[in-house]
Amino acid sequence: MDVLLLSRWQFAITTTYHFLFIPLTLGLSLFIALLETYYVKTKKPWCLSLVHFLGTIFLISFSMGIVTGIVQEFHFGMNWSEYSRFMGDIFGAPLALEALTAFFLESTFLGIWMFGWKKLSPKLHCATIWIVAFSSNLSAFWILVANSFMQHPVGFIINHGRAEMTDFFALITNSYVFGQFAHTFFSGIVTSGILILAISAYKILNHSIAEKSFLQCMRFATIYTLIGLFAVMGTGHLQAKDVAHMQPMKLASMEALWETADPAPFAIFASINTQAKKNTFELTVPSVLSFMVYNKPYGEIKGIQELQTQNEQQFGPGSYIPDVPGLFWSFRVMLLIGGILLLLVLISAFLLWKQKLVKSPFFLKLLIFAVPLPFISNSVGWYISEAGRQPWIVVGLQKTAAAVSPNLTPAEVFITMIGFTLVYLALAVAAIYIAVRFIRQTPSAANDWRDK
Amino acid sequence: MDLNILWFILITVLFIGFFFLEGFDYGVGILSLLIGHNDDERRLLLYSIAPVWDGNEVWMITAGGALFAAFPHVYATMFSTFYMALFLMLLALIMRGVAFELRGKHTSAGWRRFWDGAIFFGSAVPAFLWGVAVTNLLIGLPINSHMIYMGSFWDLLTPYTIIGGLTFLFVFTFHGAAFLTLRLVEGGMTIRIRHAAQKIGLAAIVFFVLCMILTYAQTDLFKSTLAVILLFLAAATFIAAYISTASAKYLAGFILSSLAIVFTTAAFFAGLFPRLMVSSLRPEWSLTIYNASSTPYTLSIMSVAAGCFVPLVIAYQIWTYWIFRKRLSPKDLEH
Repeated sequence: MDVLLLSRWQFAITTTYHFLFIPLTLGLSLFIALLETYYVKTKKPWCLSLVHFLGTIFLISFSMGIVTGIVQEFHFGMNWSEYSRFMGDIFGAPLALEALTAFFLESTFLGIWMFGWKKLSPKLHCATIWIVAFSSNLSAFWILVANSFMQHPVGFIINHGRAEMTDFFALITNSYVFGQFAHTFFSGIVTSGILILAISAYKILNHSIAEKSFLQCMRFATIYTLIGLFAVMGTGHLQAKDVAHMQPMKLASMEALWETADPAPFAIFASINTQAKKNTFELTVPSVLSFMVYNKPYGEIKGIQELQTQNEQQFGPGSYIPDVPGLFWSFRVMLLIGGILLLLVLISAFLLWKQKLVKSPFFLKLLIFAVPLPFISNSVGWYISEAGRQPWIVVGLQKTAAAVSPNLTPAEVFITMIGFTLVYLALAVAAIYIAVRFIRQTPSAANDWRDK
Repeated sequence: MDLNILWFILITVLFIGFFFLEGFDYGVGILSLLIGHNDDERRLLLYSIAPVWDGNEVWMITAGGALFAAFPHVYATMFSTFYMALFLMLLALIMRGVAFELRGKHTSAGWRRFWDGAIFFGSAVPAFLWGVAVTNLLIGLPINSHMIYMGSFWDLLTPYTIIGGLTFLFVFTFHGAAFLTLRLVEGGMTIRIRHAAQKIGLAAIVFFVLCMILTYAQTDLFKSTLAVILLFLAAATFIAAYISTASAKYLAGFILSSLAIVFTTAAFFAGLFPRLMVSSLRPEWSLTIYNASSTPYTLSIMSVAAGCFVPLVIAYQIWTYWIFRKRLSPKDLEH
């Protein structure tokens, strides 16, 4: 294996691992902020116990996210030095702004929140978790501004052999970033909501002495997740339109649409032959893809073949087709998981309304088994986003192959890739072990949740 | 003054903040294992930085981000040059960061010993490696005309850079001890910390002087009058810090040791100016604040942002230290 392939693997492993924890952190911080506000208003003790209880899970997730976030920042310079040279004038700014405006705020106030329970008034203490929730989502915004430029470059010129920023305002109002940020924000809500539902279900199933507070928690979490799910679907729809408009090759590949079509069908299943550049078998619903993009049952969607020809004319010879089967199936997995989660949360709402949730052990168990689903969905979603822009690292400007650090040897990158992967795996095991143990052993929400 | 110089100063400020704050965090992490005789003592030592270490670490992340935004070529060359060293440092920082969160979540002795070890190495390894990095930057690296590093990981380890690494390690450990003497109630552990500080401080002074001599012999830092003044100020304040802490004047000890770190960092950047990475192959291949920088447009936007947010960050971080100003005693661990 060469430095390029190993570096891509290394980055993919770090990012995917990082993003297992990030949506959870984003969504949980907001949920805990809402819950603590409710506590400050009502002074109900169970509510404070829940804040402490969920706070512990939040902190475990946060610490896993933060340490891999540092790795991510360093990877650009370590493995992708030519990318950093070419893009630094633009890409460095949102990264530095993230640290300066968001990450400082988040880390500092999280420290105050964790250890300031007896040092601050309840209202001021509650304000600190709101600052954490705000700044962690602001942090996500800056990172997605940077990522959106890679997907859809704006506000730049090519000068002195690199991309130079000409319009900072265009960069942060990139039309791509809004769909992407909203979709990420709401998937954070869904991810944390599903986890809270599952934990509460577990506690109710095991007749925890805090059954009542967990039932109340389920009411909150059901509403929270339901809002999240509808918004995730809405913003996903917006994003699909963005992609159709700005990255037609990504859309065509997600749909395994080899030939241009009007109206374009949606394939539920396809047997994809990437060699012959066609589907040997497919099960389609007519017009649905056109409808997804144009909100009407007709409209042309360009196929992979035609886009490949266009790209060759514009950028020279080479393949401009990403991993079609990977994108096709990732998209379907994401849609399917969205559907399953919506169904589950609607049932949860119905059972809560009929006051039958506690008497539905089968459904409660089902919720526990649903925990991996949002995490899988988040990962395949990012796979579509990042694998879908290949062979480009910045669409139309720089190819991934030209971005890698020229001074590295395959052995070096191999060692670091294996090293990072082993550490990530060991830490995931440790974190999950501690979190599960904590959830099991904490009777309601422990009084002493903090370091002991 | 042009924006390139302003950003050189800002990068200096960020590294000063980083070494000053993370310096004592690393020191406390190292001392927690050396001084803490049992779990309660180690917990108390770590508790002194628990609310703040994360915010302190962001200074390093911001310094990295600022290099990326203002001097992208430096960011690209530096991070790919120090590839294996940064890999080791990242592993250390990962283990250390997670250890703070996980060590208290299980009562088994083996579990806690493991994470105590992670905090020790997670603090000592970065402290050492930053010293190696700084001395490598001073001595210069085989960088070609395309700003690409031509050496390997092992070329980074020479007697001079290893002494640089040990200097950082001992200075930060002493700095951590000086910090702890202010954070714990007097009597009990502070006396032990003072005794440790006396030994570590002595080693730090020896290495610091050795490092200065080698810096004189092997680098061009002494060509800059400002750097020389700053370096001697650093040495003087560090010796004064040592004397103060040894004679139990703790506040003066910590202030002086902080100043020593500020002066050392400033001396290092003054010695480099206007370069950020020195090419040992040819002087004109060095990365400077002009040939490695972003455009004036990007620099001006970042200047506005830094002008607004750096003072704000400093203000709320001071507030954090004010909230947690009370000296810690074993009683604080009970709730």
